[in-house]
Amino acid sequence: MTVIVASFWVLVKFVAFVAVTTAIAVPLYHTVLVATEGGGSGRRLSAFLWRAGFWAIVVVIVLVSVFPFYYAILSSLESGTALFRVNYLPEAFDLSNYRQVLTTSSFLHSIWNSVLIATITVVAALTLAVTASYALARVRFRGRGLLLMTILAVSMFPQIAVLSGLYELVNWLGLYNTPWALVLSYTIFTLPFTVWVLTTFMRDLPVEIEEAAIVDGASPWVIITRVFMPLLWPALVTTGLLAFIGAWNEFLFALTFTISENQRTVPVAIALFSGASVQEIPWGPIMAASVVVTLPLIALVLVFQRKIVAGLTAGGVKG
Amino acid sequence: MARIELKNVKKSFGAVEVIKGVDLTIEKGEFMVFVGPSGCGKSTLLRLVSGLETITSGELSFDGQRMNDVLPSRRGIAMVFQSYALYPHMTVRENMEFGMKLAGSTREHLRARVDQAAGLLQIEHLLDRLPRQLSGGQRQRVAIGRAITRDPRVFLFDEPLSNLDAALRVTMRIEIAKLHHDMQDVTMIYVTHDQVEAMTLADRICVLRDGQVMQVGTPAELYEKPNSTFVAGFIGSPKMNLLEGALAAPHGAHTVGIRSEHLDVVADGDGEWSGPVVHSENLGSDNYIFVDVGSEEPVVARIGGEEHVRLGTRVGLRPQPGRMHRFDAGGQPLA
Amino acid sequence: MSSHPAAVQARAGISLQQQRARAAFWFLAPMLVMLAFVAAWPLLRSITLSFSNASADTIFNGNWDWAGWKNYVEARPRADGSIRWRGVLVDPKWWNAVWNTVRFSVMSVALETILGLLVALVLNAEFRGRALVRAAVLVPWAIPTIVSAKMWGWMLNDQYGIINDMLLQLHLIAQPIAWTARPDTAMIAVLIVDVWKTTPFMALLILAGLQMVPRDMYEAARLDGIHPMRVFWRVTLPLVRPAIMVAVIFRLLDALRIFDLIYVLTPRSEGTITMSVISFQNIREFGKYAEGSAQSSILFLIIAVFVVLYIWVGKVNLTGEGGR
Repeated sequence: MTVIVASFWVLVKFVAFVAVTTAIAVPLYHTVLVATEGGGSGRRLSAFLWRAGFWAIVVVIVLVSVFPFYYAILSSLESGTALFRVNYLPEAFDLSNYRQVLTTSSFLHSIWNSVLIATITVVAALTLAVTASYALARVRFRGRGLLLMTILAVSMFPQIAVLSGLYELVNWLGLYNTPWALVLSYTIFTLPFTVWVLTTFMRDLPVEIEEAAIVDGASPWVIITRVFMPLLWPALVTTGLLAFIGAWNEFLFALTFTISENQRTVPVAIALFSGASVQEIPWGPIMAASVVVTLPLIALVLVFQRKIVAGLTAGGVKG
Repeated sequence: MARIELKNVKKSFGAVEVIKGVDLTIEKGEFMVFVGPSGCGKSTLLRLVSGLETITSGELSFDGQRMNDVLPSRRGIAMVFQSYALYPHMTVRENMEFGMKLAGSTREHLRARVDQAAGLLQIEHLLDRLPRQLSGGQRQRVAIGRAITRDPRVFLFDEPLSNLDAALRVTMRIEIAKLHHDMQDVTMIYVTHDQVEAMTLADRICVLRDGQVMQVGTPAELYEKPNSTFVAGFIGSPKMNLLEGALAAPHGAHTVGIRSEHLDVVADGDGEWSGPVVHSENLGSDNYIFVDVGSEEPVVARIGGEEHVRLGTRVGLRPQPGRMHRFDAGGQPLA
Repeated sequence: MSSHPAAVQARAGISLQQQRARAAFWFLAPMLVMLAFVAAWPLLRSITLSFSNASADTIFNGNWDWAGWKNYVEARPRADGSIRWRGVLVDPKWWNAVWNTVRFSVMSVALETILGLLVALVLNAEFRGRALVRAAVLVPWAIPTIVSAKMWGWMLNDQYGIINDMLLQLHLIAQPIAWTARPDTAMIAVLIVDVWKTTPFMALLILAGLQMVPRDMYEAARLDGIHPMRVFWRVTLPLVRPAIMVAVIFRLLDALRIFDLIYVLTPRSEGTITMSVISFQNIREFGKYAEGSAQSSILFLIIAVFVVLYIWVGKVNLTGEGGR
């Protein structure tokens, strides 16, 4: 009885939650749509107000998106008591946090580890995925649908589900606390992802070009290496970049399969950053380290914006 | 350079049979056109000959050699595709060399053959360009050049002109006719849905419908002696007038067919059929008038370009003697 | 004409389809072997271990024994005849983690969908500076989860955090709040960070759906003088609903397995601990491999159901032959 009452209340609370958020969101949708689709109709004043509302929404979206990172940069440039005084605009330009982080050998090790592991993982995944995705996208054979479904399913597995088995495997191979343990384990998600995305890209290449190559005497291997690869390199860059980001950000396996400071990857190093004393969390250096490892990612993402959006939608919903 | 024979060739995709048993012989050096409405299987048949699709049953042979299980590149064929299918990242020269390079030709041989083919098609000045820097007509020339470079014994065209505009299509059609003339002993198969292309290019035409061969013959044979109402209606422009029922009954046929140029326009009541002129199309040299004689579609008759008939005028139509085609209820010709 | 290199021998060889099928096999084999090795085998071992009594001492030397379903549920009769239930399925800590996971998933995905739709509508509109807004929106997505957890941890800090400062200045709160430490606010903190980080992804997926709605349809509606909101409810939303559904399930799958954000932002908080976190703690920190594996296997089962749902609802075009 109590269970029923309790679950009823949960349901009521959830419905109320959705109702409230929707009630807040719908006027905002309304503003955006009227301001941008309404055209020139309506009175001047109301049109102006809708326009103002729209720009207010845009400003809020941009501010909320960017502010935390802005604040991290701001904090990373402050040390001592300045750090613990809240300020909204930059007041100091103190590089001591960066100096501290970049002279800590374990953190430099971590950056090196992350670069090494992510690069090897991506190169390995792409190598295996290019040929596999050709087969999946271009060759008709029985069980292809089932195979693709399995690959898609694997890419959505919870990592925790393989953790103890993988732990056992890593130990058995003697890879515990080495970068290779992570290269191996990251393949679980990078490989299905790259195969899936490359398959969708590979499918879009024109059939007749492949047939022309077949008539020209190209074997499947030649078609991949000399005809498709040159056409696919933008897709390869995109897929590789997304897989790289995935490997760079991974935390669970990195936390499980490394033990010594020098074997950590960047996310683990930042998560376990400790200061001089145990009680105090070294916020300044943590922010500096965060900025250091994030800036290159943001730069990459902004440079490859359009391509990344295409890759993400291919990996997610594109049917 | 090859005599192509198809014996009871069938092709199914899953449970759907697309080619339902085709028997056809294409002579050495012949220009054969596959024509038919969309979905008739003409492209599939071409792809069976090329080897891009596997034959489900039946036999395909070139010069008596069975080809069913031979890779496309080993058949000695070259193919020109509708979308040209040039390799976008290779220059024109590289495009033309690619197949021969894979076959392991020497550099001098490669150069010589590419230059020869480029000369033939007058594309020497384009050899260092990329496909995206070319116009549609130039791309098609390159695609043909690439095919020539392969020195094939069978040349396959899959609707090569349908991506070009009308004017360019005429130019390229002449170009292809010239090519056939220059490469006398190369067998050519050409797929199109455009019966004008078929009539102007072909030595022989193969009309297909629903995966079956309806009629094979020279353009003149098909035009003059269609063996079914389908072929009669498909070949020729404007299409043959087909009249049914009461209009055909006096001739002892279910359907009678008569071409527009075989109808004389006479005074109302004089001819075989009569009715008002409902539409006319003057092409300058010829004037086609559409006469409503009570059949499903108006009957088209050809008159001279300088003659004029006012819309609504009642006219009579008289078939020229011996020009009438008679068909039974199944669409087969009556003797 | 000269020799015919292409016409050489027409030896009865293999057909094109056979050649391609053979190539496909060798192209797929390395990937499949790899996946079997790093995914299928560990998964099977994890499930196997969930039926064992493996602990830190026995897991690597194989001296563990079978335990049957004991890790999941076990009835132990007491001396007085009453029964004591043990195992994951009757463990209140586990059910707390399940409850947290469900709570988190449902709320975060609901919020992300509603906000993602807003952002998508903005990005779908044409206005000056749209490229800049899209770039800004991508920033949270580009930041590693651990980094955003730390960044927000700092902003939500009880004594020096800027969020508390803002709220105090606006007089919305009287006292600074220890957002990440208090059991009643920890989940809010986690939700804020997750929604902040993941809404861009959601927005991009929905935007892809929005952009498939033909532009001239809006033009036509405008010419007819139909109110934009009506167009949105009647036409746009029904058309993008499939895209939204797929995005929602995709995100749900992600939310159900959440680990890093919670582990770093609110460590050891009873109010936020999720299935992945509790399972990880058992496996890695307490050496309770058997129990942890049982928990991870249950999570796997739940997610497997959702994956099937995803493939089914999404009508994912697996072979790419739909249009033919």
